[in-house]
This record gives sequence, structure tokens and C-alpha cells, in this order.
Amino acid sequence: MTNGGLASPVKCVATMIRVETFGLPAKKGEFMRPARFEYFTPHTVDEALNLLEKYGEEAKVLAGGLSLVPLMKLRLAAPQYIVDITNIPTLSYVVENGDGGLCIGALTTHYTLETSSLVKFKCPVLSEAASGLGDTQVRNRGTIGGNLCHADPACEYLSVVLALNAELKAVSSKGERTIKVADFFLDLFTTSLEPTELVSEVKVPPMLPNTGEAYQKLFQRSGDFAIVAVAVVMTLGEGNVCKAVSVGLGCVAPTPVRAEETEKALLGKTVSDKLIDEASEVATRGIKPTTDIHASAEYRTEMTKVITRRALKAAFVRAGGEK
Amino acid sequence: MERTITQERTIALTVNGVTYKATVEPRMLLVDLIRDELGLTGTHIGCVTGKCGACTILLNGVSIKSCLVFAVQADGADIVTIEGIADGDKLHPIQEAFKENHALQCGYCTPGMVISAYQLLKRNPDPTEEEIKKGISGNLCRCTGYVNIVKAIKDAAKK
Repeated sequence: MTNGGLASPVKCVATMIRVETFGLPAKKGEFMRPARFEYFTPHTVDEALNLLEKYGEEAKVLAGGLSLVPLMKLRLAAPQYIVDITNIPTLSYVVENGDGGLCIGALTTHYTLETSSLVKFKCPVLSEAASGLGDTQVRNRGTIGGNLCHADPACEYLSVVLALNAELKAVSSKGERTIKVADFFLDLFTTSLEPTELVSEVKVPPMLPNTGEAYQKLFQRSGDFAIVAVAVVMTLGEGNVCKAVSVGLGCVAPTPVRAEETEKALLGKTVSDKLIDEASEVATRGIKPTTDIHASAEYRTEMTKVITRRALKAAFVRAGGEK
Repeated sequence: MERTITQERTIALTVNGVTYKATVEPRMLLVDLIRDELGLTGTHIGCVTGKCGACTILLNGVSIKSCLVFAVQADGADIVTIEGIADGDKLHPIQEAFKENHALQCGYCTPGMVISAYQLLKRNPDPTEEEIKKGISGNLCRCTGYVNIVKAIKDAAKK
């Protein structure tokens, strides 16, 4: 389990929000330049893994740097060793899997996911989430692996990969293992990845016929983190009966969560606007939203129902359902 | 515990067509290298968290925020800053359009805006107003209210 040696997650979030929202200058003791570190730039995965084996807890993996570098500038993270994996060419790819799903290299950028016709065809909800993530400069450089490993509950892809039942391939110098996304996110900024491991790939299962996917994000300004985010993958059978559905909720708990009551309310029933409304009402069971500068817990709870309803309706239509 | 930290690395990079060699600490940010070491102060620093986009440059043809990249990561890279956008004394059409449409007041965000506009028009030569707004959403402006910036980019697209 690792949280990468960050300062307490709550302090990270509080400081970032204060600086971002209020533009407050660095307090005494907060710096705008990172602390010293030793820098490595391996060119192969094996080289990177050897470095992680050697330095373990004191090292941090650097990909796009869009989450890590701001934290280092504020000195909320001060790793002694940085393993920059951006010069490893074999980690950036989008290919079709043998079973019809997708294999996405961990260093694939948000821009690639946004624009790839393969992603749009096989996994449109991922492309939809990518297109609203940050801004052009962020999408040019940020990676899906970095986004998932950083495990900020407000990160875009967390609810999406959960709803997709995706799997992650984690490699270390001792071998590799597959981690189901449901087992990956443990807490705020905390994943089940060991310090000696690297996420090398995201595996997305194949999309079944008559499936609709949708991602809805509630936010204030373009590029902001979501206040509430919902990802839905819905498969319809004969007569608009819901054959399968998964609803991933983001930003309403320390990790992404499935809206299990909503899923139960829909499964096996004929989908209609009325059923979607009823199912959305129960999306809030089991969530633990926080109050921060952007929204209160009460608002997030109420908006979970609204955004879930919107995402369910969009997915239903895309699955070929008729209203 | 004995630990040696490699304090400095020598890197080589091309900026606006000129190749530079520099010996830097790993923690030096790319924007600091460009401004302080190379003296190209057209690229600006506006915030701490990488939100404002005033530091936007092209790295290997793609727009990024240079305050979020370490200089050592730009080893071997091809960089274009605002100083490299014009063709000698002749302004780039984007710069002309900004001038004609009064798309700047204090000018602090402008270098980053021009680079973002350049990236947008390279990928989408005829953007709609919505696409322009999305394309510059990574660049904050405190003066203009963005209206003239959007007009300027629409104008530049025609040139």
C-alpha cells in the first residue's frame, strides 16, 4: 500500500484548494520550488523497476507531473528520488485486446484518449471523460496511469474505470499481477500498489452489444475538478430490459464507489424515465461526501441524485433505448 | 545513512531553433531555465499550482505548462516560446490578430494565450467559438474578459 510519502492527504487537499481558489501567497514554510531530489530517467520498464526496488518508499514515479509537481512545489511532497518514466516508449499505446476489449498503456495521454477513434468506438465513456479533463495543456501531457495512481477522489477516471470493471496490470522486478479496479483504490490518495510496483497498463473489458455509456460531471469552471461525477455503463435486452448496469460515483467518498442500490433498482427491470428517477434517488446510499470550498456535503448528496439521473438517461438513449 | 545526491545534470535542448547546453539541478523548473538561464522572459509565471497558463510553451510541438516540467525532462527537446513565434520582424498572423482585435491589456497572459491559440489552430484550423473557448481554457486572463481574445483567434483562423 502506498500513498507515495505525501503529506497528510487532508492537508494536501486543503492547501491546494486554498491556493487555487483564493490565490493566497505561500504561507511561511510553504515554498514555491521543490526540495532537492535525485533524478533518474530510465529508458526501459526493467530499468525503472530496478530503481523502484532499490529506493522503494523514498522514490516517486514521475509521469506527466501534473499532480506530483504542484505538490512538490508546495513541498507537500518531497520525495528523495524521482523516477521519470516518460522516456519509456513502450508504455504509451491503445490496442485492441484479443477478447475485443482495450489495452491502454499507462503513459497514454488524455489527449490520445480524447481523440483516438479506437477509444471512442470501444470505450466512449473514457473518451468522454478525457475530453473534459483539465485543459489542452494538461491533456497534452497528463497520463491515465498517473491519474489513477494519484488516486485523488476528484480525479476524472476513477469513477469511469470502476464503472467499466477495468483491471490494472502492475509490474515489479519480481513479476506482474492484475489488480481489479475495485481492489485498487483504498483511501484518499492511497492505492494498493506497492512502492516497488509500476502500473503498466489499463485493461478495459469488451463492450457488449446494446450498451450505452455516459459520463456526467458537475463542475464550476472549465477544467475544474468535479464536484460530483457519475459514469454509467448500461446494457439493454429485449424490450428495454436492463441486462447489466454499473454506476460509478466520483467525489462523494474517499474512493470512487459503485451506486449499488441504483444498480439493484434497475437490473432486470424495464427501463423508463420513471424507473431512472426512482433508481437515482437511492444513489446516495453509502456515500460519504465531504464539505469543502466548492460544495457542502449536503449539496453533493443532492447532486449525486441529479447527475446520476442525467448519466442514466444518456446511457439509456445511447444503448438504443426508446423513451 | 550515507547518501549522495546528484546535484546537477547537463542537458542540451533546442529553443526557437537555437541549441543550448545547460548544467542544472534536477529540481529546476523548465520555466525557470527558460527565463533565468536562457534570458527568454517572454514566458511568464502567474501562479503556483499550474492553473493560469502564463507559462505555456510548445514542447516537441505540443503546448504544455512549463512550470510543471523539470528542466532535466526537456533534455533533447525542441521548444518554441513566444519569442520564436514571429518570423524575424514580421508578426505571426495570430499576433497580428491579437493586435488588431485589442486582445490584450496588461499583456501578462498574452504569450501563453498566443501559444495556446497556435496549438489550437494547428489542430483545428477553423474552430467554432465554443471550440476556441475550450482551446484557451488553460489560460487565465484577468483583464480582458476573453471576448476580444476569442475574436482575435477567430480572425487569425481566417488568415
